[in-house]
Amino acid sequence: MIFRRALLLLCALAWPMSQASAQLTVQILRGMAESVPIAIVPLAWEGSGQAPWDIAATVQSDLERSGRFRALKREQLIEQPQTASEVDAADWRMLKVDYVLVGKLSPAAEGRFELRYELVSIANGERLLGTTMPVDGKALRRASHRVADAVYEKILGVRGAFATRIAYVAVEGPVTKRSYRLVVADSDGANEYTVFGSPDPIMSPAWSPDGRSLAYVSFHTGLAAVYVQTLTTGQQVRVSAKAGINGAPSFSPDGKQLALALSQRDGNVDVYVLDLGTQALKRVTDDPAIDTEPAWSTDGRSLYFTSDRAGAPQIYAVGLDAGARPRRVTYDGSYNARPRVAPDGNALAVVTLDRGAYRIGAVDAKQGTLQVLSSGQLDESPSIAPNGADILYTSRVSGRDTLAIVSSDGRIQRQIAASSGELREPAWSPFLN
Amino acid sequence: MRALSVLWILLGALMLAGCAKKPTTVPEGAGSTAEQSGTAAGQGEGQIGEGRELPGASGSPTGGPAGVAHIIYFDFDRSDIRPEYASLITSHAKYLAGASAVKIRLEGHTDERGSREYNIALAERRAQAVRRALMLQGAQDTQLTTVSYGEERPAVAGSDEAAYEKNRRVELVYGR
Repeated sequence: MIFRRALLLLCALAWPMSQASAQLTVQILRGMAESVPIAIVPLAWEGSGQAPWDIAATVQSDLERSGRFRALKREQLIEQPQTASEVDAADWRMLKVDYVLVGKLSPAAEGRFELRYELVSIANGERLLGTTMPVDGKALRRASHRVADAVYEKILGVRGAFATRIAYVAVEGPVTKRSYRLVVADSDGANEYTVFGSPDPIMSPAWSPDGRSLAYVSFHTGLAAVYVQTLTTGQQVRVSAKAGINGAPSFSPDGKQLALALSQRDGNVDVYVLDLGTQALKRVTDDPAIDTEPAWSTDGRSLYFTSDRAGAPQIYAVGLDAGARPRRVTYDGSYNARPRVAPDGNALAVVTLDRGAYRIGAVDAKQGTLQVLSSGQLDESPSIAPNGADILYTSRVSGRDTLAIVSSDGRIQRQIAASSGELREPAWSPFLN
Repeated sequence: MRALSVLWILLGALMLAGCAKKPTTVPEGAGSTAEQSGTAAGQGEGQIGEGRELPGASGSPTGGPAGVAHIIYFDFDRSDIRPEYASLITSHAKYLAGASAVKIRLEGHTDERGSREYNIALAERRAQAVRRALMLQGAQDTQLTTVSYGEERPAVAGSDEAAYEKNRRVELVYGR
């Protein structure tokens, strides 16, 4: 099918400053027995009056929320050193702490600050981190996430993903009168705002690889169409509004192409790739079965997708070179759908039917073997953190959709509770600069 | 703060001005663009949370043959029309065959289980099954459109089989 030069710009006004209503809190359901004991000493404030932000509290909350650290309570801190040289390892050893984070925040010119922090290993007294960074007065929370990222990486050997964002769909109201909002928030649920709102369904948000745009499906015209919205300007561009289904958008690793699911007039759903620059549309699958939910391989040369060509939904992979034939990836279980590819390309997160319950599973991309990770009854929509360590997904709890996180090895489980409404289809952003 | 608000207003005005100059070519198969862009641009924050009544989801259906139901229910993960709906299909098909100006919209739905985009595809397949059945008995292609809502618009809330079987459905909505 020929896709003509056909781009309609819809300049929907976004509301970047508006606050959404639901407050998010994270509860750790299952942690790691071997979580790392750490002390986060409140940062010394070198200015007058109150410190403008409690950086240590945000760092502590980030590390604890990951389920991989347990931090000493503030009242248990026996002393409050400000530099690595002031840390007395013998004292902290008595408190069974492996690491101590200390630092200072000082005022600088024009509403800016200087943040200095050091991480000390108590086992050998070695200073593992010593960093001084300038911070904008409006970016103190963000700077705190960066400190947590650095500590996480130094101790665990994996880049932290605290200074990232999440997108999700918030739904409120009874079934006959619902409202839908596409929301973006920091990875800890703070600073949330509505990107787009509609009385009609919004679905399938997907981040562009630069973290600046979201692709999603909206029914606000009465029919499904795929849109790409730039977060800073709010500009919404309709990129696909063909007859039938326009769904499941997924950006290519270079951000130039969008894989999506389209149906012909006869309802046959197949996977296509749309070039966002030239509008050229290329058909990737051609099968009378349902082919949907495309996800790019990390090298951008093939797509994973869901197909029921063998009778029930399973995961397949197909190369993007002409004439490539799809290969079946999953064989374990009677239902595997909605693949998402891990950053290292070696694993897929999927929705799997496990003994009558829909759960999040991890599939070995080469062997096809499946490990069930979550333990809910109706878990869906997995999205992998940019560091590959965690999977964010939707879980039905007490009749309501809410967000949950499971570590990619299944050992740590967390639930994110919203104060109101339902939260679904989370999408974890890439690393942000 | 005031400077910031002014900036936002200016930005908004610039965006709208930029909008007006952009080509509004319509992709193949798309409907009226003027109405669509109007809807999107007018989507103010005040509208959020108010919602609106869903067509077909509640209230009494209008149009079509008298005394004939407007909803066809399906088995789990299936899109074949059960034999019990043969007379319902025939009644609607005959009605449509005799009133060529009448249009209907076939809205496909699934229950909430499983993956959302897969359910969109499954619900579209159900709507297409009804479309083909209506056409086999005399309805014209031009009278029929399909839309798939997947699991996004359940008829009833609840996570049990009683709710699920009411949600796996195709609604025949006249006048769309």
